[in-house]
Amino acid sequence: MKPAPFGYADPTSLDEALTLLAEDGAKVLAGGQSLLPLLSMRLASPATLVDINRIPGLDSVAVSGAGVRVGALVRHADLLHHAEAARVQPLLARATANVAHPAIRNRGTTVGSIAHADPSGEMTSVLALTGGSVTVATPGGPQTVDWADFFVGPLETSVHGPAVVTEAFFPALPPRSGTAFEEVSRRKGDYAVCGAGVTVTLDEDSRVTAARAAYISVGLVPEVHDLTEAVAGRTVAEADWAAAGALARTLVDPDGDLHASADYRRLLVGVLTERTLARAAEEAASR
Amino acid sequence: MTTKLFGEPVRRREDLRLITGRGRYTDDIGHGALAAAFVRSPYAHARITDIDVDGALDVEGVVAVYTYEDLVGPMAEPLPVLIPHPQLTAPRTGYPLARDVVQHVGEAVVMVVATDRYVAEDVCDRIVVSYEELPVVVGVDAARAAAHAVHEDVPDNVAARHHQETGDVEAALAASAHTLSFTQYIERSACMPMEGKGVHAVWDHDDASLRVHTSTQASTSVRAAIAAKLQLSLEKVEVVAPDVGGGFGVKIVHPWPEELLVPMAAIALGQPVHWAEDRREHFISSAHEREQRQEITVGYDDEGRVTALDVRGWHDNGAYTPYGIIVPIVTATQLVGPYAIPVYRVRIDSVYTNTVIVTPYRGAGRPQGCYAMERTMDRIAQDLGLDRAEVRRRNLIGKDQFPYDHHLTFQDGRPVIYDSGDYEGLLDKLIALVGWDSMDARREEAASRGKQLGVGMAMYVEGTGPGPYEGGHVQVLGSGKVLVSTGLTSQGQGHETAFAQIVAHELGVPIEDVEVTTGDTRRFGYAVGTFASRAAVMSGNAIALAARGVRAKALRIAADVLEADVEDLEIDEGLVQVKGTPGASIPLRTVAVLSNPLRYAFDEAARQATQFAGPGDDSKPPVAVGDAPGLEHVDYYSPIRSTFASGAHAAVVEIDPTTWEIDVVDYAVVHDCGNIVNPMIVEGQVHGGVAQGVGGALYERMAYDGDGQLQNASFMDFLMPYASEVPDVVIDHQETPSPLNPLGLKGAGEAGVIPGTACIASAIEDAVGRRIAAMPISPTELYDLVRDPDAERVPTREGAPA
Amino acid sequence: MTDVSTERAITVTVNGVARGTTVPVRRLLSDALRHDLELTGTHVGCEHGVCGACTVLVDGTPVRSCLVLAVQVDGKAVTTVEGLARDDGRGGEILHPVQEAFRECHALQCGFCTPGFLMTMAAGLEARDASTDITEEEVDEIVGGNLCRCTGYANIKKACRHAAGLMKEAAR
Repeated sequence: MKPAPFGYADPTSLDEALTLLAEDGAKVLAGGQSLLPLLSMRLASPATLVDINRIPGLDSVAVSGAGVRVGALVRHADLLHHAEAARVQPLLARATANVAHPAIRNRGTTVGSIAHADPSGEMTSVLALTGGSVTVATPGGPQTVDWADFFVGPLETSVHGPAVVTEAFFPALPPRSGTAFEEVSRRKGDYAVCGAGVTVTLDEDSRVTAARAAYISVGLVPEVHDLTEAVAGRTVAEADWAAAGALARTLVDPDGDLHASADYRRLLVGVLTERTLARAAEEAASR
Repeated sequence: MTTKLFGEPVRRREDLRLITGRGRYTDDIGHGALAAAFVRSPYAHARITDIDVDGALDVEGVVAVYTYEDLVGPMAEPLPVLIPHPQLTAPRTGYPLARDVVQHVGEAVVMVVATDRYVAEDVCDRIVVSYEELPVVVGVDAARAAAHAVHEDVPDNVAARHHQETGDVEAALAASAHTLSFTQYIERSACMPMEGKGVHAVWDHDDASLRVHTSTQASTSVRAAIAAKLQLSLEKVEVVAPDVGGGFGVKIVHPWPEELLVPMAAIALGQPVHWAEDRREHFISSAHEREQRQEITVGYDDEGRVTALDVRGWHDNGAYTPYGIIVPIVTATQLVGPYAIPVYRVRIDSVYTNTVIVTPYRGAGRPQGCYAMERTMDRIAQDLGLDRAEVRRRNLIGKDQFPYDHHLTFQDGRPVIYDSGDYEGLLDKLIALVGWDSMDARREEAASRGKQLGVGMAMYVEGTGPGPYEGGHVQVLGSGKVLVSTGLTSQGQGHETAFAQIVAHELGVPIEDVEVTTGDTRRFGYAVGTFASRAAVMSGNAIALAARGVRAKALRIAADVLEADVEDLEIDEGLVQVKGTPGASIPLRTVAVLSNPLRYAFDEAARQATQFAGPGDDSKPPVAVGDAPGLEHVDYYSPIRSTFASGAHAAVVEIDPTTWEIDVVDYAVVHDCGNIVNPMIVEGQVHGGVAQGVGGALYERMAYDGDGQLQNASFMDFLMPYASEVPDVVIDHQETPSPLNPLGLKGAGEAGVIPGTACIASAIEDAVGRRIAAMPISPTELYDLVRDPDAERVPTREGAPA
Repeated sequence: MTDVSTERAITVTVNGVARGTTVPVRRLLSDALRHDLELTGTHVGCEHGVCGACTVLVDGTPVRSCLVLAVQVDGKAVTTVEGLARDDGRGGEILHPVQEAFRECHALQCGFCTPGFLMTMAAGLEARDASTDITEEEVDEIVGGNLCRCTGYANIKKACRHAAGLMKEAAR
């Protein structure tokens, strides 16, 4: 289990990086926590790795009233412990806490995991649920790609040709809204068998106006499911979260694998939806 | 005695080097050696039609490429069947490199040697092996159906039919008041030590000798195998097991192909060659264990006492049988556990499949046997509406029934005669420890939190310390240092500490003066190996006997010097003294010097032993007839039969009835391994075993698909527990010493893992009220079970009728 | 313009000492430490980042050295288990509290996973306020990402509490 030969460059500017990435078989290396196992197992053998870790300006978390901009070199651990980011968009810390174990979070990047587009990764679904977008540096200049246009399939995005995803933008949690995130995994720190992130928004009378969910390890690409119809107009206390869970079960199309059957995943979608919506609504009511 | 050492939780002497990065594992040895890597079969069953190495030979750094065609003499013959058995009628083993046909994914086909491992893997990538695929057999049921044969000349796929019986079981069943028949399965796991295997071989051209470091549990036998296969004289081969990063059984198998091929290449190339097994290799080319199908029929009376037991089993031995049928024999003979079973018949077919070989993994067939017997006890209890603990109690062998002869033949060819034990004592302690009688309150409390709580128990008896023998060498040097060696190896069991405690205790020396070496054939050439919870029993007793020999000699020499009777002498803190006469003493190190009459004073201490040093008795030769120079002694311990440790475990589980997640909330262990050398080490062994038991019950399985591809050959998908998955364990001890050995020891290494699957299955069944007949079980499977309208319902409260 | 290389000369401060070596760019940090710098205390258990045996500190932060290329630590500081104990100035060493605790609590058996646990735990405990009592949640977080096949973790958790206690005492 040793990587096959490759060339390596660690440019110090995005322009250089894009030039290097224009060559056949060139691939971006950021945190490497998903890429290096693939290299060592020789399941991936890029001709060149373009290590973006020395490019300045990509390692910041910028928080504004609009949301949280996360640079390409921000590690999961940075985001997990970023109090200001958590205040503006609580899902960031709640989700990153579920990413693997601390040593992986110390190295792995949030943007990298989004660019990796693994449907069992937490941050792809969080980007979707928050209605976020990514900024992609290309030879023609930076482009902003909405999450819905970004994820094309498992481990596949709409970005082709030389490109570096330089940041992800997670819009702020709207007023009178709450979030929750929960996973069921075989072992703590494993990829989720099923995970759910939700947001609930209330009106001024504390009645539900929106309830949305996105799931981890369910489906081929991140999807946001609108569950509002099951709980709309109800107060937090009287909303039937189980009905929302039941609705969610009908909306998802999970696959089975070694660790869970499709049916079991669907069960978990229901259970986690019910649990997380209830918590998110409590939070929304208290904000 | 100033310090009591035997039986004390002495801190480990191994630890300092291991916590500072100064351990020496096989892969730490020999920087700059050439590296070996292997092309392994991607198919579970295929004929090799061509091996094209042309594209590989121009890779910079390639040194040599070997295929079966390059093997000569004994190397071209099949690997040995290590443990032949008359019932193993169709043994099959592979070749060091595949010849014509591969029988499982991962079988070595080509060995590449290159300047480093990266390059060696590049070379492997360039070698093109062509295969013609053959039909694949996966799983015991497919093997049994025998629609296809794994080995062409074994059409029924049966390697062995193991059969033992103690009476007319059919008559006894017919005469039983009640009978029950059922089928259950247990799946594969594997030892999965954190360090994979590894081999480092150095050929000394001038001396025409070979030194091999290998991560093994049996260095002396690896040495013999290498000598035989490579046609070297035994004294020209030395094998060392350095620090070994865990074994759990997989490293007792030998010679692994790599243990022969790496030395072969080192000799051929005249350069050191190194191989470090990577994790994927370990998954697909080392060994697995556990998979069995069990069909059980039990007869019992109205009180739940077993009157007859008939077990029909199928054991998946994988593609080859290098380790014979030890695992099914152990299952067959240890299945009866602590119970008096009047009539018992067991028939286990050991069958071939196109999968990795199955050889002992900690427990070595016992977890399967325990699973069969203990689940039988649960069923009897449920059928009669009795408490599961009570049914067990009624069947236990009584304290006054030892030695207890089961009339079975154990894995060592010796009778299964339990030497000592107190099984009712174990049960009483377990009931108290886990709070067996207060579970109703806990069930209610859990229910109030939305959880379903269940409890299960399982008892076991474990034959430990099988022969044929181990030896020990103890030598006191003139410096006062005490050198101890034994041939068997260590993989983390703390032998350096436990054996030092024994020697310090027996010899009366400070433990700091004792240095223990294990698994190095340069130091001790006769040994069997570390398996079957035998190291403390076998080498511990051998070393104790050797230390007693040294002590006797020391006292004899000291008695001469001190002009005292041997009976009046004692040794304490390295000083031989006349009891009650302070000052009348001689240091043991001086005795060591005097034990070796000298001509030359090579150092200051040696002067005392030279020929003009003092008045000698010139009527006697300097070394008496029958005596030998030096204060040292070698002794061996060879037991008449195994000694039987025992224990009882209970697990309390909570099930979330919305997600069907299974949480082991309490785990209680009562453990009896006779006298204990170091309770800290024994508890550590129990903790580790329980974690493997929990892993085997809830997380670990080898997921083969129908094509014989292992779907989860990584730590990502083979779910070895992290700390988060292992429950806290409470332990109580009972000590019934073995009457069979001088120290009264029984083995402790495997105990912790044995009842895990049985008691956790029982607890889950108790929690959810559905029959659990296949283990391990995951939440997704539990969900399938509880919503299956045809799943068998079982009572969930003690004494509730079925 | 940055060149694409297949081999790089790198300088890494390892356990406080600047070490220079030339490595193929595909060299994993774990291999560079073990084979190029002959610091074999860092162990390789899975090479896919799951077991944690190879955990080292890069600029003080625990990372899996099998998931980092050696070239990526050029100019950085790496601490391995060999650098955990301090020189006592008299030719001896003062063990780190986590090392003391592992020995005291029998938190290792075969010792293969131990360096990874020690590095993770040392960093985890040093990052917390030593004057406070450690919680079970903290212990779980600190020991939760590494695999051990021998100990069943009970004594590793015990060692974590013990080390936190030693550090609390030292912080007084």
